[in-house]
Amino acid sequence: MANIKISEQKVQQIEAICKDFNNEKGELINVLHKTQSLVGYLPAEIQEIIAKNLNCSVAHVYGVVTFYSYFTMIPKGEFPISICMGTACYVRGAEKVLDEFKRILNVPVGQTTPDGKFSLSCLRCVGACGLAPVVMVGDKVYGRVSPDGVKDIIKEYKQA
Amino acid sequence: MINIKIDNKEIQVAPGTTILDAAKTVGINIPTLCYLHLHDFNITNKPAGCRMCVVEVKGRRNLAPACATDCHEGMEVNTHNIRVLNSRKTVLELILSDHPTDCLVCAKSGNCELQTLAQDMGIRQIQYQGEQSTYREDTSPAIIRDVDKCIMCRRCEMMCNDVQTVGVLSAVNRGFMSVVAPAFEMNLDHSVCTYCGQCVAVCPTGALTEVDHTNQVIRALADPSKTVIVQTAPAVRVALGEEFGMEAGSLVTGKMVTALRNLGFDYVFDTDFAADLTIMEEGTELLDRITRHLKGDKTVKLPILTSCCPGWVNFFEHQFPEMNDIPSTARSPQQMFGAIAKTYFAEKLGIKRENLVVVSIMPCLAKKYECQRDEFSTNGNPDVDYAVSTRELAHLIKQANIDFNILPDQEFDRPMGESTGAAVIFGTTGGVIEAAARTAYEIFTGKTLEKVDFEQLRGMDWIRHATVDFDGTPIKIGIAHGLGNARKLLQDIKDGKSEFHAIEIMACPGGCIGGGGQPLHLGDTSILMARQKALYSADSGKTLRKSHENPYIQQLYADFLGKPMSEKSHHLLHTHYFDKSKPAEINE
Ligand code: SF4
Ligand code: SF4
Ligand code: SF4
Ligand code: FES
Ligand code: FES
Repeated sequence: MANIKISEQKVQQIEAICKDFNNEKGELINVLHKTQSLVGYLPAEIQEIIAKNLNCSVAHVYGVVTFYSYFTMIPKGEFPISICMGTACYVRGAEKVLDEFKRILNVPVGQTTPDGKFSLSCLRCVGACGLAPVVMVGDKVYGRVSPDGVKDIIKEYKQA
Repeated sequence: MINIKIDNKEIQVAPGTTILDAAKTVGINIPTLCYLHLHDFNITNKPAGCRMCVVEVKGRRNLAPACATDCHEGMEVNTHNIRVLNSRKTVLELILSDHPTDCLVCAKSGNCELQTLAQDMGIRQIQYQGEQSTYREDTSPAIIRDVDKCIMCRRCEMMCNDVQTVGVLSAVNRGFMSVVAPAFEMNLDHSVCTYCGQCVAVCPTGALTEVDHTNQVIRALADPSKTVIVQTAPAVRVALGEEFGMEAGSLVTGKMVTALRNLGFDYVFDTDFAADLTIMEEGTELLDRITRHLKGDKTVKLPILTSCCPGWVNFFEHQFPEMNDIPSTARSPQQMFGAIAKTYFAEKLGIKRENLVVVSIMPCLAKKYECQRDEFSTNGNPDVDYAVSTRELAHLIKQANIDFNILPDQEFDRPMGESTGAAVIFGTTGGVIEAAARTAYEIFTGKTLEKVDFEQLRGMDWIRHATVDFDGTPIKIGIAHGLGNARKLLQDIKDGKSEFHAIEIMACPGGCIGGGGQPLHLGDTSILMARQKALYSADSGKTLRKSHENPYIQQLYADFLGKPMSEKSHHLLHTHYFDKSKPAEINE
């Protein structure tokens, strides 16, 4: 993780985002938000660039990144898996489904498999309660997922 | 003025006064924990987070935090009814439910504000039992972070970010998992920490403490094959007494010397000797640069910056490495002492440097790091073996069953115990540059300086400037204490706006009298004022008050060093600085 190098072009884009917000320390959250939309995640290197441009300490940036669960320092997998933890899905066993994903992929929530293929995250209600429990892989929605069905979903993408 | 009633006492206060401050004026001390106010520096930490200071305000539904609530006309406040007391106890017990209860073996025991509160409130059991958060311990060369003892008051953050502008510490994560940590939760020694110790100085609990070297010192003293010598920094003698119940500003030099002798040190010496030596070297360098500048030499870098504060050295190596060639190359007095002790003095005794142990008593935590720097050792043997804080010395004295208060006064040993008044004021902001001015004046003008007190350089203002008249040549001097203020002067230099010839910088507010290793002042800055005053009176009480008049320094040059800035001096008394601006690494 220490050696991720981001491209010069990305650095310039991030600096431009900071500039859009007048390099204002008070705009840190907005800057982080935009940057994460651009890059997908907020590794240490990027936090350092932002700290420098907004003239605040890296520790402070890191403090904000770790405070909001929305921000992540881990790159999303090639196939990001999200499990809905809304009420309907939860009641219908979403947690067991999640546990099965964790077991098979051997990663905790918020992490990515070492091969970079899968990342695991939880969502609030995605508005498909009729299909509960719901799992999404990228944009594709899977409904009525049972723990037994988890390995099949993963298999679909393993071959890809 | 506003009229209010606190605990049925009618008082008048100025608008904008908090309930906490109003209560204080009538002798009511509302307990606080997160709140910290450094009066003379205008620094306040007021997150209103801990709720220890709650009081009942008539007509309000909720209890109000006294530290963050302003008084209003007609307000009626109750600071200790049963509702208030119960609420405070609940808050405290909740804090304690997620706090290790190892008070007996905690480094902060006896000095811990949390412990004192629990004691004052008569807490005898902790009703709430819950999961305790645990976090790894982080040991750096000078400071230990034991985050399990952190109560998230965030005073350390305020010191590190707002006062020192170093920006190492920040609250990270959320809720139960939240801790105060360096970026990416790295250890301190991977961060840009200067080891100034100001976070340690304000931490109310044992979450931030110094690395303790007292056991190594006791072991060295017990080893018959070692000659163990000690040096004491100027600021220690005006603060040590506080650890034994004496009034702030008590000058205890004589008792301190006796105590050290009783502890078993073979020679009790004074860092002040090395401070005089510093003035010889740094003052000569200063004059050399200024004279060349006045002659029109465009290659000289001005202003020259003092370099005797290792916290400050760490700061510019990390944050302004492109300016590494501006500070004086003179080592700190601690390191000059060590270098001379392990060469000149070891030779005099006819022993090998390995058999000479140099201990220093310092008001400072950065000195613990400094004496471990590679460039200050020869074949792996450091010039200074252990740097022990004022607080640690108090522990050593207590362990040795010494009744400090009734000790007779004794004198330092010779040769490295003799010093002038110029050296003793090294312990306060403004002191180093005043000492330098006394000597530089006489060398520059060839005349005797009649009035040695440079009042214009003294005081406690964050940034001060003055022009000193060197017999017709105006020398412009700047002074800053606190790294945030140092940063301002550095930025000016970087922007080409600085007009100073010389600048003195000390990392700690007040200088070393307010160092991270001193007895805790718990926000009472009048203690720092008293220590400062005591240093100036120690100076005026000396017969010799200019460093170059110290006969033992003169002898050291005659016998050993030659002259200031000689080759030998360069080798032993000067140093160079490193670019430490490397980007943060990540703990895997
Ligand atoms: S020692 Fe000084 S620089 Fe280091 S964390 Fe504490 S306050 Fe910040
Ligand atoms: S480390 Fe100490 S000063 Fe810092 S937040 Fe924790 S308890 Fe407060
Ligand atoms: S001001 Fe004094 S106590 Fe503070 S870091 Fe510098 S040398 Fe140490
Ligand atoms: S709760 Fe899962 S889709 Fe609504
Ligand atoms: S001391 Fe007032 S809220 Fe902490």
